Amino acid sequence: MAIATFQILRGDASNTRVESYSIEVSEGMVVLDAVHAIQATQANDLAVRWNCKAGKCGSCSAEINGMPKLMCMTRLSDLPLDKPVLLQPMKAFPLIKDLVTDVSWNFAVKKKIKKFKPRKPDNPDGTWRMAQEDIDRVQEFRKCIECFLCQDVCHVLREHQLHDQFIGPRYLVYTAALEMHPLDVEDRLEDLKKEDGIGYCNITKCCTKVCPEDITITDNAIIPLKERVVDRFYDPLKKLFRIFRFKK
Amino acid sequence: MPSYDTHNYDVLVIGAGGAGLRAAIEASAAGVSVGLICKSLLGKAHTVMAEGGIAAALANVDERDNWKVHFADTMRGGQYLNNWRMAELHAKEAPDRVKELEAWGALFDRTKDGLILQRNFGGHKYPRLAHVGDRTGLEMIRTLQDHGIHLGIEVHMECTITSLLMGGDRVTGAFGYEREKGRFKIFKSNAIVLATGGVGRAYKITSNSWEYTGDGMSLAYHAGAELIDMEFLQFHPTGMIWPPSVQGILVTEGVRGEGGILLNKNGERFMFSDIPELYRNQTADNEEEGWRYTQGDRNARRPPELLTRDHVARCIVRQIKEGKGSPHNGVFLDISWIKNKIPHAAEHIKKKLPSMYHQFKKLADIDITVEPMEVGPTTHYMMGGIRVDADTQMSTIPGLFAAGECAAGLHGSNRLGGNSLSDLLVFGKRAGEYAAKFSKENKGGHLNEEEIANAAINALEPFERNEGESPFQIQYDLQEMMQELVGIVRHEEELWRAVEHLKMLHDRAARVKIVGNREYNPGWHTALDLQHLLTVSEAITIAAIERKESRGAHFREDYPQKDEQSGKFNLVIKKNADGEMKLRREPIKEVRTDLQQIIEEMK
Amino acid sequence: MAEINLSGTKYRFGNTYRKDAWWAYPLFVFLALSLFVVYVTWAAWQGKNYWYGPYLSPLYSPELFGPSPHRWIGPQPTWWPSMIRFSPALFVLWAPGLFRLTCYYYRGAYYKAFWADPPSCTVSEPRKKYWGENSFPLIIQNIHRYFLYVALFFILFLSYDVWKALWFTDTSGNKSFGIGIGTLVLAVNVVLLSGYTFGCHSLRHLVGGFIDRLSGSPVRRRAYICVSCLNRRHMLWAWMSLFWVMFSDVYIRLCAIGVWSDWRIL
Repeated sequence: MAIATFQILRGDASNTRVESYSIEVSEGMVVLDAVHAIQATQANDLAVRWNCKAGKCGSCSAEINGMPKLMCMTRLSDLPLDKPVLLQPMKAFPLIKDLVTDVSWNFAVKKKIKKFKPRKPDNPDGTWRMAQEDIDRVQEFRKCIECFLCQDVCHVLREHQLHDQFIGPRYLVYTAALEMHPLDVEDRLEDLKKEDGIGYCNITKCCTKVCPEDITITDNAIIPLKERVVDRFYDPLKKLFRIFRFKK
Repeated sequence: MPSYDTHNYDVLVIGAGGAGLRAAIEASAAGVSVGLICKSLLGKAHTVMAEGGIAAALANVDERDNWKVHFADTMRGGQYLNNWRMAELHAKEAPDRVKELEAWGALFDRTKDGLILQRNFGGHKYPRLAHVGDRTGLEMIRTLQDHGIHLGIEVHMECTITSLLMGGDRVTGAFGYEREKGRFKIFKSNAIVLATGGVGRAYKITSNSWEYTGDGMSLAYHAGAELIDMEFLQFHPTGMIWPPSVQGILVTEGVRGEGGILLNKNGERFMFSDIPELYRNQTADNEEEGWRYTQGDRNARRPPELLTRDHVARCIVRQIKEGKGSPHNGVFLDISWIKNKIPHAAEHIKKKLPSMYHQFKKLADIDITVEPMEVGPTTHYMMGGIRVDADTQMSTIPGLFAAGECAAGLHGSNRLGGNSLSDLLVFGKRAGEYAAKFSKENKGGHLNEEEIANAAINALEPFERNEGESPFQIQYDLQEMMQELVGIVRHEEELWRAVEHLKMLHDRAARVKIVGNREYNPGWHTALDLQHLLTVSEAITIAAIERKESRGAHFREDYPQKDEQSGKFNLVIKKNADGEMKLRREPIKEVRTDLQQIIEEMK
Repeated sequence: MAEINLSGTKYRFGNTYRKDAWWAYPLFVFLALSLFVVYVTWAAWQGKNYWYGPYLSPLYSPELFGPSPHRWIGPQPTWWPSMIRFSPALFVLWAPGLFRLTCYYYRGAYYKAFWADPPSCTVSEPRKKYWGENSFPLIIQNIHRYFLYVALFFILFLSYDVWKALWFTDTSGNKSFGIGIGTLVLAVNVVLLSGYTFGCHSLRHLVGGFIDRLSGSPVRRRAYICVSCLNRRHMLWAWMSLFWVMFSDVYIRLCAIGVWSDWRIL
């Protein structure tokens, strides 16, 4: 069997180093399998987050050879194994230990977004009717497994660390799912422009590129939201139109 | 003396999957303070893995459906060992729980006239599963999570409870550690809801993640609560088997619901050759009828692939044993064949089973729209667990509640697909409601300092040793052993061997050695989880020895038939005064007449 | 929102752990767009050789003022300042130029390729400061839709140019129907530009994206689906149409200069 070498970032925020581990590779192995093998035999205390191992929970996010990926969905056969494989934790969040980062910022951001507020039920039993064609768009966004790879790759967070002014692609997708929900009547456009900092997105589409669920984050979520923000705040004709309608 | 962070709540919910979240939401709505403990991050619990759907008799697709049919289906599926009151409540309340999710933002797939779409599933007479493609669990947990975070529930992520704290005969708190720094935490609470899920990690081939080490069952057991039905562990018939690294990952029953068929290596549709008596009237006797059923023909009967999971899993094992298995010791599950039946089959499959398509494409290089999958049984779900009161979900310990997979009763000897998600919602809600009520009515629980000190000493003990085994090795050996000796097909002699092995593993676990410090150290976490795994494995094994018949998920090679007398009791496990595991038979309460009548009518 | 402190991370321009050729795509964009801008600027200032028989270069269309028979209003206006060289293209080229400049696809592409913001995904940037499209000047990008409105008119004019390119005048002054290679070049140009313009993100918003429920309004839904369909390949349309506009000008210019002779098919 082939041998592969992994260089894994070890340590906590105060002290990091890169350590090398070599393991035997078998057919169909993914990066997470390799990490588990290393953990079980060479480094019992190697910290790594994981759960489902099937690309459904979004726990095992890391940077493999410099690209944000899910370790459980990255097969070793797709990596050049003649060179060492570099494994690092996500960079946009503070390091806890080894491959584990403190992603609590994300949960705090979600809490600030106005929650789902449905219109009055259509039927006396408190239910609604919705056409499949009207929810297709939102169902795409609800595929999100909250792996935060899009947050990690976004240069506004990763490079410029504007965590206090920009909610990041994940929460723009989340807001899009709420704003485009056929039942929702809440208004989040002002928040989007101000607190959420949608203007910081400069559409470089890295988030779309790394999304393991293939959500078209930029084109289907962020740009349509930007357009809605334009409607409200930047389009002079629409503004005029609103003023006149208001006066009548 | 170690230091602790102390938190006070009226209700503490341990576990943040579907049941835990639903319980926390309900308790919070009742106006009490709620703490919620997640072993992982919020929203990563195993509920996200549920694919097929939520069973609820909404009757949106077939108006002949109602709670009575659902009740009868559940009882039949569980071979009448179910707690019939739970089955009744479940069938009656599931539709409301599903509609409630919609009011919180969930978006289920729709029928043509805009209602929640429902699909066919094994053991359900009518199309009953509300679903979102094949990612229903994700939709459910996200909906609950997004609703719950606005209710003032305090969430403790990456925090594991290692023992329950008792004040006299009632539960008053919980002791655990947070992963990041390894600090101890004490939660003082007058009511605790356990919603920790199952114990799949006791087996080598499992669909469960590392978290599912039977914590709740073990915590409750060691606190003195009763466990019930522990011999009934569900093996899902279709897990991935190749390549080795994906072994056990679930292949949703939805594949068969959409028309997928099981074939052996000779291309025979072997499920037709063994249809159990209990289901003969409901099962198609030819392929054409089975196909029509999956396409919504209301007069057709279900194909045998959609029989209950216990039965399908055993048929697959039999094929493999007879040498008719696929190259990697499984059988073939084929959905691509429907291209002979409908146009645009590939698009249809991708639309209906997107994550299955994705999973096989990415992990196994298989395009399920053109070739069959290789599948085999995988450890999936624990029917048994903490014995609870049907209405309140309180265990035999005052103040200790349980809901979801770690509780028992609803499913009897075998769970129907889709009944788990509805179980989480229905009984999660009830547990939260009654825990809040209990907490309000029973204030003033106190903690025992000595108990806390002991819990801390036990948790730190593995660090004291300089010599010892890796906890990962012991866990691995346990998984191999359970897979081999307490698997799908069981035998008395093997089970006794398992008891011996468990004793040895217990001794080895007491001598594990931990590398590194307390900060985010998976070795330490595994060492602590091992205790729970061993406790629950022992309970499974001794219950499996005691039930000398084959029923539901429990199959005994030495007693291959169902035994009428054995159908009249459940097996209850409790720790005795000497700390030993004791087992007793508990007669099943007679079914209420009106419910019995429903069962008879639907037979 | 919670503050976040990522101490210990040092960034240097171009720093990355990626092992692939991450620079290839931004480099391609840089070269291709540079080539286009240089060529179009050159061609626009020529002021001649932009028409050949019934063909009019799309860079000069619609020709509002100018010397050619394709003009709409009249010859070079008298108020044109003499120190600036006259070219009919100057009246019109700003519109498609701004349409592309504010296009959502090109924005992302040139921010990377020309401004290294970021140079590529997970590659470090040269500057610490970042304003995004939140403040001047990039906040202007938000009026993309107005350039879309203008661009839609251009599709009409360019289609008319194709119509005109079907009618050839012979030496004796008689007009007759015909198709030349140039006609096809101009027709393909309109198709590609339409594919690009009708796939615009702003248009997608305006025809239906702005509301949450499209069921019940079949026409609007149909339109939304069509625009969305083109939008999925917006990048491809953008590059193809960009290339073809340039090619159309080159073709007509070569014919006009006499380097190349157009070939009549019909």
